[in-house]
Amino acid sequence: MNPNVPISALARPAEAVVGAGGVSRAPLPAVTRLTGSMADWLREIVARRDLLILLAWREIKVKYKQSVMGFLWAILMPALIVSAGVVVKFAFATVAGKPLDNNDVVSVAVRSVPWAFFVASIRFASTSLVSNANLVTKIYMPRVLFPIASVLSQLLDLAVATVVLALFLIVTGAHLHVQMLWLPLLLVILVLLVTGLAIFLSAAALFFRDVKYIVEVVITFAIFFTPVFYEVSMLGKWARFLLLNPVAPLLEGISAAVLGRPMPLVGWVAYSAVASVVIFVGSLFFFRRFEPYFAEAV
Amino acid sequence: MSSSDAVLAMENVSKKFRRGEIYDSLRDLIPALVKGVGKRRAADALGAKEFWALDDVSFEVRRGEAFGIVGSNGAGKSTILKLLSGIMRPTRGSITVRGKLSALIEVGAGFHPDLTGRENIFLNGAILGMSREEIRRKFDEIVDFGGLRDFIDTPVKRYSSGMYARLGFSVAAHVEPDLLIVDEVLSVGDYLFQQKCIDRMTSILKSGTTVLFVSHNLHAVTELCQRSLLLEKGRLLACGPTDEVIRQYIGRAQDQRSGETTRIEIRDVALRNAAGESAKFEPSEKMYVDVAIAARQACADVSIVLQIVDDNFYPIFDTCTARLNSGNSAALGTGEQLECTFELDMHLGAGTYHVNVYAHEYTVDRPFATWRSAASFFVGETRLVKGRANLYPRMPRCQLVTAPTHGATPNEGQTRLASPLVAPRG
Repeated sequence: MNPNVPISALARPAEAVVGAGGVSRAPLPAVTRLTGSMADWLREIVARRDLLILLAWREIKVKYKQSVMGFLWAILMPALIVSAGVVVKFAFATVAGKPLDNNDVVSVAVRSVPWAFFVASIRFASTSLVSNANLVTKIYMPRVLFPIASVLSQLLDLAVATVVLALFLIVTGAHLHVQMLWLPLLLVILVLLVTGLAIFLSAAALFFRDVKYIVEVVITFAIFFTPVFYEVSMLGKWARFLLLNPVAPLLEGISAAVLGRPMPLVGWVAYSAVASVVIFVGSLFFFRRFEPYFAEAV
Repeated sequence: MSSSDAVLAMENVSKKFRRGEIYDSLRDLIPALVKGVGKRRAADALGAKEFWALDDVSFEVRRGEAFGIVGSNGAGKSTILKLLSGIMRPTRGSITVRGKLSALIEVGAGFHPDLTGRENIFLNGAILGMSREEIRRKFDEIVDFGGLRDFIDTPVKRYSSGMYARLGFSVAAHVEPDLLIVDEVLSVGDYLFQQKCIDRMTSILKSGTTVLFVSHNLHAVTELCQRSLLLEKGRLLACGPTDEVIRQYIGRAQDQRSGETTRIEIRDVALRNAAGESAKFEPSEKMYVDVAIAARQACADVSIVLQIVDDNFYPIFDTCTARLNSGNSAALGTGEQLECTFELDMHLGAGTYHVNVYAHEYTVDRPFATWRSAASFFVGETRLVKGRANLYPRMPRCQLVTAPTHGATPNEGQTRLASPLVAPRG
């Protein structure tokens, strides 16, 4: 502190001290940080939703700042994945000697968009705590907001890509189907699964930097084990192994719903839903269990 | 020990830390896990590389109180703050916090360099616990406080470090917590901004907020806090009225002594007043400093330099035996000891001071031995003066001058003081 500043300016007037003890005021609520129950923990997360929204908004804002294309990237990225899928599809069709079906293109497009959301969310969210280390070690807040905010910011990209995709489908002559009523449910399951994985991976990456590299490798190769550019029915009796990946039934379902086919694999979708809830709840418990050690582990 | 109006209480809190690296990758973890099977240590046992950053600390802070924490670096002050704000959990013991807590620990933590000042105010405000509505309401106040209106739409990466810190403090100072933790953050910005910060702090204090104040500036702690605690190496040494705690702290202030291998050694430095008191001095009384040095080998041209520094270790006074002895230094034979007493008049303002002693070779101006903070003392408060020096003000005249009216003599309305406010010294 600057010795020139007259500290006496800080001296409290005596009456303020007396008043504090003498005047009866409502007792303050006890605050439980790191020590409360699961319910307290969840309540605080809900109470800090303003912060959640601002953190998500920060990620969006920062992502597109100082880039010439700006927000167009939100459209361009899924468009590139869709184009890649169409190329793969075209190659398949050529090898099989069949003409490329319009439905095949639609199918690849509607699988690619949620897949792009999945990959981007996991990639950003798993480093969300490490890259906010200065906040984790200096200021208290519910840290679970960081991975959730990452997913939230990716949801905006998903929404933009979905609108563009819808326009594309309308132009190519798609129709509305009753089956599309499945879409909100399938998307909710997908978001739950992504959020659960994000929460788990962000905490794990804080303790072990290895997690970051494992995640990179897995999501790079996961496109081979996930029915994005192909359909599980192409694999015959091996399909069930592929469907153990909880993302697979969701992508199959989304594709079927958009194309107006009857929902296949309802049992597998139910499996995905159960797996997602288990992963989500399990991640919350995992995160809460290890949160007290974050500041020391960073 | 917990009373009803305690807003903050620590009971038998301990915190264990580990020196060196912790397992940062799976390669390190797996062997450690294998080794650790069946060897789970009890929570209060210390491992090979572990130490107690806090050891069995208990205290409580009452509502509306300003409470100080003092101690040297590494005493555990920051650990206490991190435990209180919920960033870390204690290894043992319990912590109770009542009400909304806000910490002025690292101003500007959480700013994103790519975002503008405006965007960062909202973000940082939310991080510190304000709602968006609350920030919107106080936005103009925050901007004006930091004096950054012209740059509010500029990314903060283009800010100077002073502007950055000012913005950080402005946001933090507008959170309205029930309990405020202040950790050495008032040193932000230029002189004018510091004045502003202090005004702000005063109004926060007047509004009845409980304040936990951590500072190395003992003067500030004395002025601000009624009660304080003293930490040393994680242990609570004292907790009580600030004056007593600080007296104990400076009594234990770590000496920095060097010169074990030089020809001259400083044996002893002791302070006393006429009554024998050694740590607290009243303005205008005399202080005696007894210094003893001994020669390991014969030395010509030895003098003893006595320096007094303030609580920021800024030198405010020095003298030496050669100067006092009209330029004559002493010559010591092997094994001989030189003892001398300095007599000083306490013309200092209230505060903490440290005494440095140097044994000098006067001709080459090179110290044989130094002993920094050989002793510390503090000068008691008087109502009459603030500041470093005491100039013993009196007021022989205090005159109310009214507008000159017809027939009034200039002397009319003058108040003659019956006696000087402070008796002249002597």
